[in-house]
Amino acid sequence: MNTGKSHTMYPSTSGTSVVGLVYDGGVMLAADSLGSYGSLARFRDVKRLFKVTDKAALACSGDIADYQFIREVIEQKVRDDVCGGYTRELNAGALHCWLTRVLYNRRSRFDPLWLECVVAGYKDDEPFLGYVDKIGTAFEAKEVATGFGLHFAVPMIREAREKKQNLSCDEARKLLTECLKVLYYRDCRAHFKYQLADITPEGVTIHDDLNLKKETNWEVANYISGYE
Amino acid sequence: MALEMMMSGPDYMRDPRKHQFSPYANNGGTSVAIAGDDFVMIASDTRLSRGFNIFSREQDKVFPLTPKTMMASSGCWADVLTLNKVLQARLTMYSHEHHDMMSTTAVAQLLSTMLYWRRFFPYYVSNILAGIDEEGKGVVYHYDPVGHMEKLTFSATGESVSQIQPLLDNQIGGLNMLGVKPPTMTKDLARQLIHDAFVSAAERDINTGDGIIIHTITKDGKTEETVKLRRD
Amino acid sequence: MSSIGTGYDLSASQFSPDGRVFQVEYAQKAVENSGTAIGLRCKDGVVFAVEKIISSKLYEHGANKRIFTVDTHAGMACAGLLADARAIVDVARIEASNYRAEYGMPIPCKLLAERVSTYLHAYTLYSAVRPYGCSVMIGAFDHDGPQLYLIDPSGMCNGYFGCAVGKAKQNAKTEIEKLKLKDLTCRELVKEAAKIIYLVHDEVKDRHFEMELSWVCEESGGLHQLVPETVYKEAERYAKAALEEDSSDEDEEM
Repeated sequence: MNTGKSHTMYPSTSGTSVVGLVYDGGVMLAADSLGSYGSLARFRDVKRLFKVTDKAALACSGDIADYQFIREVIEQKVRDDVCGGYTRELNAGALHCWLTRVLYNRRSRFDPLWLECVVAGYKDDEPFLGYVDKIGTAFEAKEVATGFGLHFAVPMIREAREKKQNLSCDEARKLLTECLKVLYYRDCRAHFKYQLADITPEGVTIHDDLNLKKETNWEVANYISGYE
Repeated sequence: MALEMMMSGPDYMRDPRKHQFSPYANNGGTSVAIAGDDFVMIASDTRLSRGFNIFSREQDKVFPLTPKTMMASSGCWADVLTLNKVLQARLTMYSHEHHDMMSTTAVAQLLSTMLYWRRFFPYYVSNILAGIDEEGKGVVYHYDPVGHMEKLTFSATGESVSQIQPLLDNQIGGLNMLGVKPPTMTKDLARQLIHDAFVSAAERDINTGDGIIIHTITKDGKTEETVKLRRD
Repeated sequence: MSSIGTGYDLSASQFSPDGRVFQVEYAQKAVENSGTAIGLRCKDGVVFAVEKIISSKLYEHGANKRIFTVDTHAGMACAGLLADARAIVDVARIEASNYRAEYGMPIPCKLLAERVSTYLHAYTLYSAVRPYGCSVMIGAFDHDGPQLYLIDPSGMCNGYFGCAVGKAKQNAKTEIEKLKLKDLTCRELVKEAAKIIYLVHDEVKDRHFEMELSWVCEESGGLHQLVPETVYKEAERYAKAALEEDSSDEDEEM
């Protein structure tokens, strides 16, 4: 029998997909605001995307408590940097690297932070978009998504890029909303309310309380038959 | 505890509503290295995946260690990153202490030791180390995840090892043929073999594809070449 | 000094027969040798100004800062031994961060000042330690508006509208008393603070000095920070002009 200390081995209240993409002149990141408790849509206004510095934003899917914990750690880290006044502003590359180590070390202690993180922002003068998960798997890419977004959003963004290599800000925004819409249609743990971050060399803009409801159309549901 | 978790069976056998923590993931990737008299080539595919998802199509899995050695790693990507980071740190410490870079032979032994130190919670990584030794000759070292090491002249590892290794055994080792002398290895031949090996592996293995990066190390330095592979 | 040779000044854990702790008084002496620092509190914020004496021309400009940021909303200005001050700043930062972790909001200035003063006081109780050779002013903008506290090496902690420590604290206090602190804004106060620093600076004893100015107010968005370049320049001009006027008045009198 297991007599040792037991740690988190499954998520509790959790958030679903995060989607991010690099466009011409910036990086965009979006996540909906649903906190699910198993199959119960428990909390409908959970923020899981935040501005770290003028050069980085972070969004997570997975356990909301773990997200809120890591968020507080990061915010204090940033405050320490600002108070000290000596170190350069924490950029997205540095944050991504740091998260990799934190999450890997926690998984090695069998006390993981149940998260899939997407870090967006700038590293030096280059746009940066990176992924880290609860065991420390980390990579950079031009389009990154977590959870169901990996199945739905990433192929959509890659397809769009095959038609047009460089996306403009407007095209990126449109594409990202389209991805969230598809996720809302197909992912039972997705929601119509969402947050979106736009990171450009000028800084981070977070759009809160965005809504997909008016853009979605559930008329098609009437055509679904054969399951009665 | 770790073992219990690793042995919990394939995910489709579990209750779909329940999550289970596993400290490992398989992120695919295949690597090949071929040594010649005065050079060594080491290559890997550029696909990073998990299950049916492609995380990235342009992830190089060959890491520079010293001016004369490189390591190709694949398996659990989290472990690959960590192993590489720790190894880099050890090499930096060595060069600070000795005012010299570590020899390929020493790096090879260090890697084996580091892997064995995690014998009971292993780095889930398949490694090949390639370099130029003290005599200026190309060498290849092959490892298992817990530190077993073998010095070779050619080797494949990773997801498509079972497709590629027999091909290399036949074409470079002259195995399984009667009255055939193994060829003298040239850069052209090595490049051609690596190319063919990856093209065939990409045909059969979903976790290998997108592209290859071929690194060549000689006494004069390193060069690299990128080749496209099928992306499906 | 009455303490010398009596043997009662060797330890912070022993009183003299007339009820004094000499080690603490010596620590206060260390503060009095320092360049002047003033803190001013008005209706919309707190301003710190420090006369940083430059002991060597070889230092970089802006080196050895004496104003620190403790948390986003709180700052600290120091007089006395700078190395001691830095250790106190570290403690204050940890206190501020712990409070945030526990209660999820910025630490109230009063609490921060109390915790730091308790810490300083602890170093006046034991023979194994020496008291901190510095006084710190803590200023912050919290729920109760702007706040200013001064803590001395004994661990005394008081709230103020205006306070001064260091070499010219008497002169500085006289100048501060002339100000109508409750009516002024931070914008105006920065200039007055600069003026006081320039006024109390002793050109003969200490040739070179750098002025440090910081504020926490509505204009800084509730953040404690060194004042912006333009505000600094404006305050400096105002201070120098006032000084010139002053000396020309004196000339006339002569």
